[in-house]
Amino acid sequence: MNKWTRRAFIGAGTISGGGFLLGVAGFTLAPSRHSLVSADAEARGQLTTWITINPGNVVTILIPHCEMGQGTPTALAMMAAEELEADWTLVRVQEAPALDAYANGYIVRAAGGHYVPAVLGRGVDYGAFKLVEWFGFQVTGGSTAVRSTGEYGMRVAGAAAKEMLVAAAAAQWGVPASECVAKASRVTHAASNRSSTFGALAQAAAGRGVPTSPALKSPDRFSIRRTSPQRLDIPSKVDGSARYAIDFSTPGMLYAAIEMAPVYGGTLVSVDTAPAEGMPGVKQVVKLTEAVAVVADSFWRARRALATLQPQFSDAGHGGVSTASIFAAFDAALGAPPAVPKEAAKVITADYRAPFLAHATMEPMVCTAKVEGGRAEVWTGVQDPLNARATAAKALGIDAANVTLTNLMLGGGFGRRLPFTFDYVDLGVRVAQAMSPVPVKTIWTRENDLQHDYYRGAALSRHAGALDASGRPLAAHSNYTGGGNGEAVYMPYRISDMKADEKDATHPIRPGQWRSVLNSQHGFFKESFIDELAHAAGTDPFEFRRSLLVEQPRFLAALEKAAAMSGWGTPLPPGEGRGIAICESFGTIVAQVAHVAVSSEGLLKVKHVYAAVDCGDVVHLDGATAQVEGGIIFALSAALLSEITIAEGRVVQTNFRDYPMIHIADAPQVTTAFLRSDAPLGGLGEPCVPPLAPALTNAIHAACGVRVRELPIRKTPLTRPV
Amino acid sequence: MATFDVLRPERTAMAITTTINGTPHTLEVEPEMPLLWVLREQLGLTGTKYGCGIAACGACTVHLDGRAVFSCTLPVAAAEGKQVTTIEGLAQPGTRHAVQQAWVAHQVPQCGYCQSGMIMAVAGLLAQTPAPTDDEIDARLTNICRCGTFVRVRAAIHAAARAGATS
Repeated sequence: MNKWTRRAFIGAGTISGGGFLLGVAGFTLAPSRHSLVSADAEARGQLTTWITINPGNVVTILIPHCEMGQGTPTALAMMAAEELEADWTLVRVQEAPALDAYANGYIVRAAGGHYVPAVLGRGVDYGAFKLVEWFGFQVTGGSTAVRSTGEYGMRVAGAAAKEMLVAAAAAQWGVPASECVAKASRVTHAASNRSSTFGALAQAAAGRGVPTSPALKSPDRFSIRRTSPQRLDIPSKVDGSARYAIDFSTPGMLYAAIEMAPVYGGTLVSVDTAPAEGMPGVKQVVKLTEAVAVVADSFWRARRALATLQPQFSDAGHGGVSTASIFAAFDAALGAPPAVPKEAAKVITADYRAPFLAHATMEPMVCTAKVEGGRAEVWTGVQDPLNARATAAKALGIDAANVTLTNLMLGGGFGRRLPFTFDYVDLGVRVAQAMSPVPVKTIWTRENDLQHDYYRGAALSRHAGALDASGRPLAAHSNYTGGGNGEAVYMPYRISDMKADEKDATHPIRPGQWRSVLNSQHGFFKESFIDELAHAAGTDPFEFRRSLLVEQPRFLAALEKAAAMSGWGTPLPPGEGRGIAICESFGTIVAQVAHVAVSSEGLLKVKHVYAAVDCGDVVHLDGATAQVEGGIIFALSAALLSEITIAEGRVVQTNFRDYPMIHIADAPQVTTAFLRSDAPLGGLGEPCVPPLAPALTNAIHAACGVRVRELPIRKTPLTRPV
Repeated sequence: MATFDVLRPERTAMAITTTINGTPHTLEVEPEMPLLWVLREQLGLTGTKYGCGIAACGACTVHLDGRAVFSCTLPVAAAEGKQVTTIEGLAQPGTRHAVQQAWVAHQVPQCGYCQSGMIMAVAGLLAQTPAPTDDEIDARLTNICRCGTFVRVRAAIHAAARAGATS
């Protein structure tokens, strides 16, 4: 296995006008399932970081990650600027395309001749995605940008550039480099009272040798990190000028509305296209294997015409599948509750159930494409442009080198726009192919989006636990369906006999990665059951967990912090309660306390959520806080309301009326605390999702005595029978 | 005033005259075409977003004669002779409306896709209720945000109210 090393692929050069350019590339292996991206060699160099400094002393940092609301570009730029000792007010962040020409130029040589994909300059999450695999993290694809690109690219590049600037100044002044100090985008030699801007030194610095192992700053000297500069993407998001995939336009472009086989795997059997063809604005009805599209001069006209068609689709043999049949298969696969030790004084069992969920990004899936003469141009919004490009190439039967893909801003991701789920690109380019050479923008309706997602998997988990006579847990076992052999078994608690077995119960509903992935179900299962064990032991759920975490100082600190923030143990009015849960995912430990009120009519109000987060350290404090708040609200909507159901093989829900989301009225207050630890940086986009549902259901139990074992919570009446 | 029958939609375009962000426009469109798509596709005002098409999410919120409306279900004919304001026209060029100012100060947006509609809804709310209570916000603001920015939205509304968003 090739290890990422600091010195492997740093290269530097000059840009026009006498500026300075530095790039860092990571060395990677290409796993076979990525072979579509570039099948021509085994080894790949992946550029992860660019820094340029122009003579005007402006530092520009290129970010190879997409912005989908998580603020990553700002945080990554901070990591580079910190090591560079740049003046943050002189730092600019650039989307990758502006440096596209560089990708094929100097840095290819600087990177040692390793292959650099042409599309790399277009906003790539690929490097980070791969790093997750090579570094052996549990889960592929999430919350990785700061941890990988930031730690191994941004910091190294910033530190190397700084050393080169210092070396250039020292040479110019004839003084030892060790006497020169870089700070606030200047290099200063105090003894001779000389000082020069990075910009003035840039050209000379570009000619210096590239340091092979630049020294990184120790955290106690951070001056940019741990602060909260304004996020760079926000101004364009308050005046309507931000350009998302759905906003793209090109001359002569037409619009397509589509209807897909309602049962996944089904195909178009027949359609009478005549009703649509005579309608205003309609250019063509396009039949695809699994869909029919109407192409018109406006999306609304396309959609209106599509509504006149009555396409017939096959059901791929799945027409009998329903939510009930899937859960019946789950139940059968799980069988009897797991066996626990005979010497137990008390044994409890419980089943927990989690539904299918859709991502429902606010921007539905959109793909614009122009196909002409064996080449294609694609404009879309994806979390991995390289894999999306490969998807387009495969759909068109052409080489990926003949596809240009421009990634636009993403109106939400949450895992819907990850590699291998680019059906909207696949469909979009085929519609455009039928209209070649006219560019076509295919817009999914909300109905298309909810009914043709890659869903967070439904799951059933069957637990058995044993307590000894003193209330100490002896064993916690579970059998579960729906996947998660990493997420299911691991609990931080000191319980000598813990076991979780996955049982196979397949179904045809296509799975996807949904914010926090399998932790979203297993966090609920595990932290509900530990709560039930605490109650069975007659012990306060916080104290019960605490007693089992004595050997886990990071967990213990987070748990105690969340409890203290919430005033755990202080009296509450009747009908109110607190619930606690703690989960680790993506390298981050999050403890949450939910404070709820349940009215005598059974109406639930989530009043406050307290989160104690140990992600090692925080790069952008306010951005990190926003991810905590966002993760909690995202998880709350799902926990309270969300369920995708299946009938006759197809998804029942159609739009926000029957797949509702919480409104501001339902949003609790959120209080966040970050615990600084010496652990490596953890992710933040996802780890606040898993503890929310169990904190909430545990709080409901405390408030009204009802134990909710099935999500969404709205399915369980919260009033007890009189 | 143009008329239309939703049960028997007219299939021919007709002239609709309306004022958008202060500029008069005469549009040749089917009168039942939702204002959203006219704004986005015919006028290039893409700050107003499509999110659901059924007036359930608020991403398409614009002002019609100063009141917040869902443009995804509003026939363009309903804008005949009226003033339409979109996110692009909420403030004079080069300036920010008090709500936009508060949104930046509180770093509200994440993905940002819903925020044009959220800002227009809040600007409409503040025009009617200059200093809303939390209960009034809860009752009036039904926009969906999947990234979960509600904690900051509430704080920013109060900040904008304090700054005098109605001016």
